[in-house]
Amino acid sequence: MEYLIGIQGQDFVLVAADNIAANSIIQMKQDQDKMFKLSDKILLLCVGEAGDTVQFAEYIQKNIQLYKMRNGYELSPKAAANFTRKNLADYLRSRTPYHVNLLLAGFDETDGPGLYYMDHLSALAKAPFAAHGYGAYLTLSILDRYYRPGGIPRSPSRLFTIPLFYCPPSPLSRFILNLPSFTVRLIDTEGIHDLEKLMPVGAKLLAPAPSS
Amino acid sequence: MALFDVSGYKSHSELRGQIIGTGVGHFIDRPNQQFSVPVGVDPSGFLKSCSREGGVSIDLNHGTTTLAFTFRHGVIVAVDSRASAGSYIASKEANKVIEINPYLLGTMSGSAADCQYWERLLAKECRLYKLRNKQRISVSAASKLLCNMMLGYRGMGLSMGSMIVGWDNKGPGLYYVDDNATRLSGRMFSTGCGSSYAYGVIDSGYREDMTVEEAYELGRRGITHATHRDAYSGGVVNLYHMQEDGWIKVCKEDVSELIHRYRKGMF
Repeated sequence: MEYLIGIQGQDFVLVAADNIAANSIIQMKQDQDKMFKLSDKILLLCVGEAGDTVQFAEYIQKNIQLYKMRNGYELSPKAAANFTRKNLADYLRSRTPYHVNLLLAGFDETDGPGLYYMDHLSALAKAPFAAHGYGAYLTLSILDRYYRPGGIPRSPSRLFTIPLFYCPPSPLSRFILNLPSFTVRLIDTEGIHDLEKLMPVGAKLLAPAPSS
Repeated sequence: MALFDVSGYKSHSELRGQIIGTGVGHFIDRPNQQFSVPVGVDPSGFLKSCSREGGVSIDLNHGTTTLAFTFRHGVIVAVDSRASAGSYIASKEANKVIEINPYLLGTMSGSAADCQYWERLLAKECRLYKLRNKQRISVSAASKLLCNMMLGYRGMGLSMGSMIVGWDNKGPGLYYVDDNATRLSGRMFSTGCGSSYAYGVIDSGYREDMTVEEAYELGRRGITHATHRDAYSGGVVNLYHMQEDGWIKVCKEDVSELIHRYRKGMF
């Protein structure tokens, strides 16, 4: 039901997540932010079982911040991804494993942009593009078809995401569940930028959030 | 982290523990007493064996409709009052709203015992917070406390769906907290097995700029129509209004009378 996507560009990473918090058949909240800021240039996108997502993501977030406080420098995206994977793996065979699927996106001064795919069995893979959720079945093939090695250049990146979400027949309009809006963020050498929320044609938001 | 481990540096608390001895260290802010549970006990497995299929039938009280929404003039909270144990109505006038303090309310749905216990514990923690910090606790912090209590007993069969409603420095606050530690802030929630019926009514009738009387009527309508369709909700509608200077209890009306009043428009 939930959906995450990440695409690595030449000097940036573009990530998007849906905004629905659901409880069985009911949408409880339509403006949920599923991205957690680990540092100035690292975002963790987290979906999965109800309480586990926020709890695990906040645990990782606070530990990354603690590392910076103790040592004076931040963890790189690669180190943060491996730290996250280790924590997931440690809990996997315990009484209370965390059932979460993650995307970690970051920009490193030396290595450049990076996108890391992690799943609930604590597999970790660095990938040029990745997606989680049922929507992945519909969108990964488009990425396979149109992605070029070396990443996509910056200016068409916006155009790249638009067919994915916005123009009918967008692939997600094939999905039987309505995902009315998506939060989109871009990470580059200057940090994390909020892009405008994507709202596919025809989608209806209930009780729209106040402008802030 | 890296340098710490390599250098063999011992942190202050470790050294203190070696000098003074473990067991003396006390944590001032330990929110829950830990239940002493024997090793190997599996509460959720035990509960499954007590359900109808397992033989002995212990039905937990699950049926409820509760709703809350924010609007221009505060937050409206409306709950039903039926406590059911399977197909038996254990109480027609159960109290599903806990008045934590004059600025905080908590609603209860799910297992009555779990809700009453944990929300009373939350009330105690809110009071302690006020005594320690000389300042009322924020709605966000109160809901986070409850959420963390639920996290401590994850996977052990707790059943609670609650809304924490209050007014603090940031204005009116409404949070949904449930037994799998979901915590959501929002402008409109409904919980319980009658919640889907209530959502239909309040979603279609909601406007941000409603008058106070219209909001009261919407809350009453939501619960009444849900109790009409849901067998496990009923009794009376308890309606609260959270305002800037605290909550007021607006009314307590029998749903059977309300549904007769609304009948004219229904068929």
